[in-house]
Amino acid sequence: MANLFARQRYLMDFTINSMRRRSGRNLVLFTVYCLIIFILASVMLFGQSIRQEAKALLVNAPEATVQQMVMGRHDLISGDRVAELQSIRGVRHAEGRLWGYYFDPINGANYTIMVPSAENTAHQLQPGQTILGPGVVANRELVRGTHLFLLADYGEIFRLKIKEKLDTESALVSADLVLLSEPDFRKFFRLPDNVYTDIALSIRNEREIATIVGKIGNQIPGSRVVTRDDILRTYATIFSWREGLLLALLGASIVAFVIFAFDKAAGLSGEERREIGILKAIGWDTSDVLAMKFWEGALVSAGAFLLGVLLAYLHVFFFQAGLLEQVLKGWSVIYPDFQLRAQIDLLQIVTLAFFTVVPYTAATIVPIWRTAVTDPDAVMR
Amino acid sequence: MRFRPSDIAIAGMLALSAALVAMFLHATFSSDYNLTKRADLVRQLGLSDLALFTEARYTRHPSQADLHSAFQDHPMSFDYFPSGSLIAPPIQNFSRPAPPIGADETGE
Repeated sequence: MANLFARQRYLMDFTINSMRRRSGRNLVLFTVYCLIIFILASVMLFGQSIRQEAKALLVNAPEATVQQMVMGRHDLISGDRVAELQSIRGVRHAEGRLWGYYFDPINGANYTIMVPSAENTAHQLQPGQTILGPGVVANRELVRGTHLFLLADYGEIFRLKIKEKLDTESALVSADLVLLSEPDFRKFFRLPDNVYTDIALSIRNEREIATIVGKIGNQIPGSRVVTRDDILRTYATIFSWREGLLLALLGASIVAFVIFAFDKAAGLSGEERREIGILKAIGWDTSDVLAMKFWEGALVSAGAFLLGVLLAYLHVFFFQAGLLEQVLKGWSVIYPDFQLRAQIDLLQIVTLAFFTVVPYTAATIVPIWRTAVTDPDAVMR
Repeated sequence: MRFRPSDIAIAGMLALSAALVAMFLHATFSSDYNLTKRADLVRQLGLSDLALFTEARYTRHPSQADLHSAFQDHPMSFDYFPSGSLIAPPIQNFSRPAPPIGADETGE
């Protein structure tokens, strides 16, 4: 056993020395390999943990939200519907919600303006007061840090006293929120009294949701019900696409890497062939040559894989996925400053290893085997 | 003492493997950065979406957006917000079969 170990170490020594003779090429290969693993792992880790985060947070979203649709577009819903929905058996509570969007011409940001529910004692507001999300505070100059001025589309300026700033730790769900009292909201958007953006339902028994949705469809023509399950499903798939897009962007670099690996697989350089020929001529077995080259492939691919995954982990969970931020941000002015809980899916890591380390090692072994079984005389010629 | 190249390689691989184990341990015991607080806010305000993409209303609230929002300006116009190319339409939201008319009018 000790003999076998010593033998493998000698082979390893020989391999590393041989790699050092082609250090430039091997270094480039290692760097490209490591970079590809880094980007793939970053996307996988980010996608996985944000899906988990969305799942953990949005499980608290309303059980169902009823919207009014007109010509395929979301429209205001009449306040009379609240009582109608409340009377459906199984509905514990129905409440009209007021929320909308506001484009701030001062900084070009979009805010989500919202009225806190009457039952939400933690965020009750008087007219003239506001509560701001952390992204709004960070991107908008506030007058003396105590007031926010908003310009309504009909020219009136709303002077709002900041009652509270939402915690920065909640940025992922609240970055762009501006909470207003109901009278301010209706005045700001010139809304009639008895209309709402949508109606949130709390439902006693989750198993009745499908039946209740069916009833709502009959009772309110042109309505659309978004259930909590729909929201969760939306977020379960949404980031798969995101990963898909990033993978598509990576396509070019992956193809380049495949060509590189294929080049290695399809044929050895003259120098490498001569080296194998000489080794065979001085008495090395085919298995020795294969073991030597196995170590070369294993050191490059396992090293690049381990380093790439570690760097990706640091990038996503210690540096807030800063490189992905630019892709995710798009044209947004407000982007939440958030920390994700570190999560690793072992299966994903194993899959990544399987699809990168194994093909590369195989790609290096096959041509070596083809050369190593040839007569040394023919190889060296 | 002179190290052999294999010593350095084995030490390097062991160090990377140890770091990988440390990474798993870190992930197991990592903080959730006050998830409960965020979850409470979601419950209190009835929030339905993450504030990740604030550039357009249908990317800010993908779960609430109607089917046509990405093509809102003209039937033939494609979506022009970058996030629109990143987000899949929430297909499940629209795949629920319509309830049969009058089927539920009498109650459960």
